[in-house]
Amino acid sequence: MKPPAFRYHSPRSLPEALDTLDAVGHDGKVLAGGQSLIPILNMRLAAPGHLVDINGLTELAYVRTDADGVRVGALARHADVEADADAHRAVSLLRQGLRLVAHPVIRNRGTTVGSLVHADPSGEMTAVLSLLGGSVELARLGGTRRVGAADFFTGPLESCVEPGEMAVSAYFPRLRGRTGTEFIEAARRHGDYAMCGVAAAVTLDDDLRIVSARAAYLSVSPVPLVLDLTETLAGATPDTAHWRAAGELAADRTEPDSDIHATAEYRRHLVRVLTARALRTAAVRGADPAVGGDGQGSDDQGSDDRECGARD
Amino acid sequence: MTITEAPPAARKKAAPEPPAPRAVGSPLPRKEDLRLVMGEGRFLDDLGRDAYEAAFIRSPHARARVLAIDIGPALGVEGLIAVYTYQDLPGRLAEPLPMLIPHPGLTHGRTGYPLAKEYVNHVGEAVVMVVARDRYAAEDACEKITVEYEPLPPVVGIENAFRADELVHPDVPGNVAGHVVQETGDARAAVAAAPYSLELHLDIERSACMPMEGRGVFARWDVADGSLRIYSSTQTSSGVRAAVAAKLELPLLKVECVTPDVGGGFGVKIVHPWPEEVLVPWVARLLDHEVKWTEDRREHFISSAHERGQLQTVRVGFDGRGRILGLDVDILHDNGAYTQYGLIVPLITSTQLLGPYKPGAYRVEFRSLYTNTVMVTPYRGAGRPQGVYAMERTMDSIADHLGLDRADVREANLIRPEEMPYDHGLLFQDGRPLVYDSGDFPASLDKIKKLVGWDEFAAYREQARAEGRRVGIGLAAYVEGTGVGPYEGGHVQIETSGKVYVATGLTSQGQGHETVFAQVVADELGVAVEDVTVTTGDTRRMGYAVGTFASRAAVMSGNAIALAARGVRDKALRIAGEALGVAPRKLEIVQGVVRSRDDPAVSIPLGTVAVLSNPLRYAFDEASKAATQFGGTPDHSRPPVAEGDEPGLEAREFFSPPRATYANGVHAVIVETDPETAEITVLRYCVVHDCGHLLNPMIVEGQVHGGVAQAVGGALYERMHYDESGQLLNASFMDFLMPYASETPVVEIDHLETASPMNPLGIKGAGEAGVIPGTAAFASAIEDAEGFPITKMPIQPCELFRLRQRFEAGEIPPLRRRAGAPNNVDEELCQP
Amino acid sequence: MTEQMHEIELRVNGVLRTATVPSRRLLSDCLRHDLGLTGTHVGCEHGVCGACTVQIDGRPMRSCLMFAVSARGHEITTVEGLADPDGSMHAVQQAFRECHGLQCGFCTPGFLTVIAAYLRDHPDPTEAEAREAIGGNLCRCTGYQNIVKAVLRAARILNEGTDAPVAEEAPR
Ligand SMILES: Cc1cc2nc3c(=O)[nH]c(=O)nc-3n(C[C@H](O)[C@H](O)[C@H](O)COP(=O)(O)OP(=O)(O)OC[C@H]3O[C@@H](n4cnc5c(N)ncnc54)[C@H](O)[C@@H]3O)c2cc1C
Ligand code: FES
Ligand code: FES
Repeated sequence: MKPPAFRYHSPRSLPEALDTLDAVGHDGKVLAGGQSLIPILNMRLAAPGHLVDINGLTELAYVRTDADGVRVGALARHADVEADADAHRAVSLLRQGLRLVAHPVIRNRGTTVGSLVHADPSGEMTAVLSLLGGSVELARLGGTRRVGAADFFTGPLESCVEPGEMAVSAYFPRLRGRTGTEFIEAARRHGDYAMCGVAAAVTLDDDLRIVSARAAYLSVSPVPLVLDLTETLAGATPDTAHWRAAGELAADRTEPDSDIHATAEYRRHLVRVLTARALRTAAVRGADPAVGGDGQGSDDQGSDDRECGARD
Repeated sequence: MTITEAPPAARKKAAPEPPAPRAVGSPLPRKEDLRLVMGEGRFLDDLGRDAYEAAFIRSPHARARVLAIDIGPALGVEGLIAVYTYQDLPGRLAEPLPMLIPHPGLTHGRTGYPLAKEYVNHVGEAVVMVVARDRYAAEDACEKITVEYEPLPPVVGIENAFRADELVHPDVPGNVAGHVVQETGDARAAVAAAPYSLELHLDIERSACMPMEGRGVFARWDVADGSLRIYSSTQTSSGVRAAVAAKLELPLLKVECVTPDVGGGFGVKIVHPWPEEVLVPWVARLLDHEVKWTEDRREHFISSAHERGQLQTVRVGFDGRGRILGLDVDILHDNGAYTQYGLIVPLITSTQLLGPYKPGAYRVEFRSLYTNTVMVTPYRGAGRPQGVYAMERTMDSIADHLGLDRADVREANLIRPEEMPYDHGLLFQDGRPLVYDSGDFPASLDKIKKLVGWDEFAAYREQARAEGRRVGIGLAAYVEGTGVGPYEGGHVQIETSGKVYVATGLTSQGQGHETVFAQVVADELGVAVEDVTVTTGDTRRMGYAVGTFASRAAVMSGNAIALAARGVRDKALRIAGEALGVAPRKLEIVQGVVRSRDDPAVSIPLGTVAVLSNPLRYAFDEASKAATQFGGTPDHSRPPVAEGDEPGLEAREFFSPPRATYANGVHAVIVETDPETAEITVLRYCVVHDCGHLLNPMIVEGQVHGGVAQAVGGALYERMHYDESGQLLNASFMDFLMPYASETPVVEIDHLETASPMNPLGIKGAGEAGVIPGTAAFASAIEDAEGFPITKMPIQPCELFRLRQRFEAGEIPPLRRRAGAPNNVDEELCQP
Repeated sequence: MTEQMHEIELRVNGVLRTATVPSRRLLSDCLRHDLGLTGTHVGCEHGVCGACTVQIDGRPMRSCLMFAVSARGHEITTVEGLADPDGSMHAVQQAFRECHGLQCGFCTPGFLTVIAAYLRDHPDPTEAEAREAIGGNLCRCTGYQNIVKAVLRAARILNEGTDAPVAEEAPR
C-alpha cells in the first residue's frame, strides 16, 4: 500500500494554485486534508499525474460567521469548524454533523470543503449542505462560480468540480424562524460511515406549531437526498406530532441499496426510525424558549448528539 | 525433565507451596514496557533500513489457471532489482509447502507452493515476487507486470463445498480434506432412547486474528560464513529456522532465526513457513543483499489466514432435569484452500465442545472442507469458540425446552470436583487422552451467578420491558486444554556481574514473558527481578523450542525455566558451600547473595560464585578479584573441572508434561437491543476464570480483557464477507470492523485458583480464555432479550432486524419461556 | 520518468532534520525509514488504526495520510519526543506502564501521541471522556480497559504529581 508517483505542487497563493490547476488540467487533483484522497492513492485506486497541495493557502483557513450564515474556507479543517463557537451559534447543524465525521484525529486534518468535493453519499457534510440549501464557491483561472447544493452533487463520489477548478469555500446559510435541528445516524461502530444518517430541521411558529419539517439523508441515495416531510406534521406541536408518520413517508420516498453492513430493507427501516427521532429532537430544540425566534437550537445543554442517536 | 503423573490421591495437594516474599503472584509492571512506551521497541519493519524490499503480485481470482506472466513492462521501473515466478524456484523451494501437523484423518491434505505453480486457489495467493530498492518501487513494478489467468468456477461457502459440484483440488473428492469420527458410548442410541430430544442447526462465521502488526520477514546472508540470519514476526522462530534450512538445503546450524518485538499474533503467526518466509531468505542469499518483506494490511486480509467458519448439527437427548444422556454432533468445517495446519481447529472444536459437562454418550463427526478462500488456521481460541457455541446453544435449548433456568441445566451437567481427574475417553488435539486434571466447575458457575446477579436479572428484565427497553442475559462456560506439549526449554545463566540471563525458545507477542519469566527466576534464585533479563524466540540462545500458541507459554516455558533455575540454584549452593565451608542445605540465597542460614555474615555474592564456577579465572572484573579470597588450596590430584560437572553457573532444562492442563471459566453478558433499530449494546460483561496459580495477575487480567474484546468483535462486528466469486469484500479496516474502545465493554473479573497438578508451578494457560465463550454468551443474551432462538453468529443489526421480521411473520418460533409454555417436564417427547 | 525529489526540512521532536524524499513519500515512511524514528508504527495505511498518529503542530494526525513534503516547516512530535529531554517518561508513558495499558506495544505510540495532546486540552477527563478520547485508535491486545485507566492516571500525574492509584472503571 504505497501511493504511485506524481508531481507535487505547493502553491503559496490562490492565484498560483489556480494557475497550476489550469496548467495540469485533467491530470491534476487538489490535495486538501488528504483524508480521503491519500487512502485511495495508497491503495492505488487512482493515479493522478499532479497533486496540487493547497495546505499552504493559509488565506483559505477560515470560518466566517455573519448574520446570514457561515462561510467555511477550503483550508478550514473539520475540527476548526466544529470548534468555532460563532458558527455553532449560527448553524448548530454543522457541529451536530461534524461530531459524527470519523474520529477527532481525522477531523484535525480533513477539510469540510474537501469532504463536500469528495461527495461521498455517506459524508455528513453533504447532507448538512443540502438540508441548509448551501452552496460551494468554485474558482478557476479567470473566473468563479457559485453552485447550489442541489446542483453540486452529481453522483456517488462525484461533484461538479471540473478539471482546473478548485473549491475555495462553502456557504452554510442560517435557518430562519424558530427552527431546531438535529443530526443522528446509525453506524456499525462509533465514528464509522453511517448505515443511515438523518439531518433534520423543524420550524415552529410562535404558538410552537410545526410549519416546516425537512430532513436530509446519508447512505441511502447516490447523492444527498432532501425530503420535505411537512405534510405529515404541519400544525402539530412537538408534543402532539405524529413522528412515525413522517418516518413512514420518508421511508416510502427512499430507495436505498444493500451492502455488507446493511440491507436495503434495513436501511429503509432506519430511515423510518431515525427520521422520527431526529425530527422530534429538532422540534424540541426549536421549541426551547432559550432558542428564541431564529436559531436552530444548540445542543449545548442537551445530551451528547452521538448518544441521542441510535448509536450505542 | 519429564513430569510423571502424581498418583490420584496426591494430586489434589500436589501444588508446591512457594516461599515468601515472592515476585510470582504480584502485579509487577512489565520490563518490556520501558522500551515500548518510549518508541524504542524493535519490530520487524524497524530493521533492515538498507534492505531491498519485496512485494507480491497476488491472484485477483479465487480459482484460476495461470496461463502466462509478462514481466517485460516492469523492466524499466526505476529501482527494480529482480522478479521471480514459480519457474525460478530451485530444488525443494519448488515443492509444496510442508504440511505441519499430519493426522490419520487428514486423508487429503494439500498445501500451496511458495509462488503459484499452475493454479491459484484463493484471492491473494502469491504468484510473482518483485524485489526492488524500496516498497514503492516494488509496487510500481507489480502494477506493470501482467499475469494472464483462465478463471475457473470457485467454491465458496460451506454448503457449496459440501455439495461439491465443483472441486477446489481436482484430486480431492467431495472437497473433503479430512474426516474424523470419535465416539464414547452409543450416542445415537442414547439420543433415541432419551425422554427428550432436540436437534439444532448452528452456523458460525469467519473472523481472523488481525494483529496490529502484519507478518514480516527480513533476511541477511553472510557470504563468507555461509550462514543465514532470519528475522521474522513469527510465533515460532525455531520452526521458521528448521523450515527455511530444509527448504534452502542449509545445515540447521548455519541458519539463525530471531524474533524481534512482535505486534500481536493471536495464532496467525504460528503458521510456518509462510511463502514469504522461505522466499525472502532465498533471495537474500541469491542477491547477497539484505531483503525484507513487510506485509501490508490488504495482504494480511487476503493472504494470511482466517478462522471460525463452521456449520454444526447437534442432536441431543436429555432427561427431565436437563441432564444430557446422549450428544451427537456433526460439524462441517471450512478450512479454506489449504490445510497447512492440518485438522487442528476442528479437532479442538470436536473435543473442547464438551466444556465442563458430562455428555453421557458422545459422538462427534466432522468433515474439513476445501473452499477457494484464504486458509484457516488457529485464531485465539482455535476451534473452541465454535465448540462452546455448539454446547452452550444446546444447554440453552434444553433449558428452554424444559422450562428450566439456564444456569440450573448447566449445573446439572457439570463434572464435579470429586470426579477429577475426569477422562472423557477421547483423544485431544495433541493425540493424547482428553483427561481433565483439575478444576471446580460448580464453584465457577456459582461465582459468575453472583458476579453478574443472575438470580436478580429476571426482575430487571421485566422492569426494563415496562420502560420499553429490551435487555437480556446470557452465559457460557468453557474448559480449555492449555500448555500442550511436546516440550519447551529454559536456559538460566548467572554471570560474574551477578546478573541473570534467561532464555527460552518460544516467542512473545505481548504476553509479557520478559517479566513473568523473570518473576519466576527471581523467586527460584533469590535475586531481584531487575537483575533478570529474559530472551525469547532467538534460536541463537535456545535451539530447541516449539512456539507460542495454545496458551502454552507460561506453562511450558515457565516451568522449564523454573526447573533450569533450580538447577542453577543447586549448583550455586554447592559451589558456595565449598567456598564457605557450609553444607549447601544450610545456605540460602537472599538478594543475590548466598549466605548461611545460621550466620548471614558468612556469605558470598552470586557473581563471585559464578567466577568460582569457572576454573579459568582472569581477573577481568571486580567479582573475579573478589573470588581470589575463596581460592583455597587447589587439589592437584583432581581435574580442574570435576567429572560430570561443567564450567559456568548455568543450566538448561526442558519441561515436557504427559498431557495438557485444563483451565476453565464462565462468562456472562448483559445486552440491550434497541427495539427499533436492532442495534446491540453490551451493558455488562463478567468473567470468572480459573487458570491455576497466577504468575502476574495484572498480566492475566490484561489477557482476559483483550480476549473479551476479540469475543465482542467475533460476536457482533467481525466477519469475512466473501461474495460468491470468492472476492473478500471487506479487506480493509474500514469494513472489517474490529471494536474500538467505544464498542468494548468494561470487563468485570473474578478468579478461582485451582492449582494444576501437572506442573511444578501449578499453573494453567490463560492466553485464549477471554475469547472462547464470547460468541456463545452473546447468542444466549440476545436470544434472551428477543425471545426467539439465535442460531447464526456473528449477528449484526440488519440481521437481527430481519430475524424480528421473520419472527413477527411466524417463521421463527418463540422461545418457549416467552411463549408462556409451562414447565415441560411431563410433556411428550418433542422433535422440532 | 525519474521521480521528482524534494529536499525537505522538518522539525521533529524539536530538532531540525533534513531528508531528500520523492513527492509520494508518506510522512510515516519518512519518519521511520529516512529519519530512523521507528517508534511511529504503521498498521493499515488507510487511516483507520491510528498506530501512525503523530502530532503536527501539537495536533494529532495520521502520518500515513500525509506526504512528507506537506509536513515541511511544521513541528512534528513523535512518540520519541514525548519524554523529557532528560529521558524521564512523559506522564502518559508512565501511566501506560503502571496501568498495563499495553501488551504487544504496536498500537501504543499512536495512543500515546493522541492522549498526550488530549490531556493538554482536557486536563481532567471523566472516565467516559477518557474512553471517547481514545476512540479513534485500534488496539487488538488490551481491550482498552487499562488504556482508559492509563488516561485517567496520566491526568492525575499531570495535575497533582500524585501517586494515588486510579480506581477500577465502573461498567458502563
Ligand atoms: C478513517 C476515516 C474515517 C472517515 N470517516 C468519515 C465519516 O464518517 N464521514 C465523513 O464525511 N468523512 C469521513 N472520512 C473522510 C474525511 O471526512 C475527509 O476528510 C473528507 O472526506 C475529505 O476531506 P479532505 O480535506 O481530507 O480531502 P482530500 O482527501 O484531500 O480530497 C478529497 C477529494 O476532494 C478533492 N478536493 C479536496 N479539496 C478540494 C478543493 N478545495 N477543491 C477541489 N477539489 C478538492 C480532492 O482532489 C479529492 O478528490 C473519513 C476518513 C478516514 C480516513
Ligand atoms: S497506519 Fe495510519 S492509521 Fe493505520
Ligand atoms: S498492545 Fe497490541 S495492539 Fe495494542
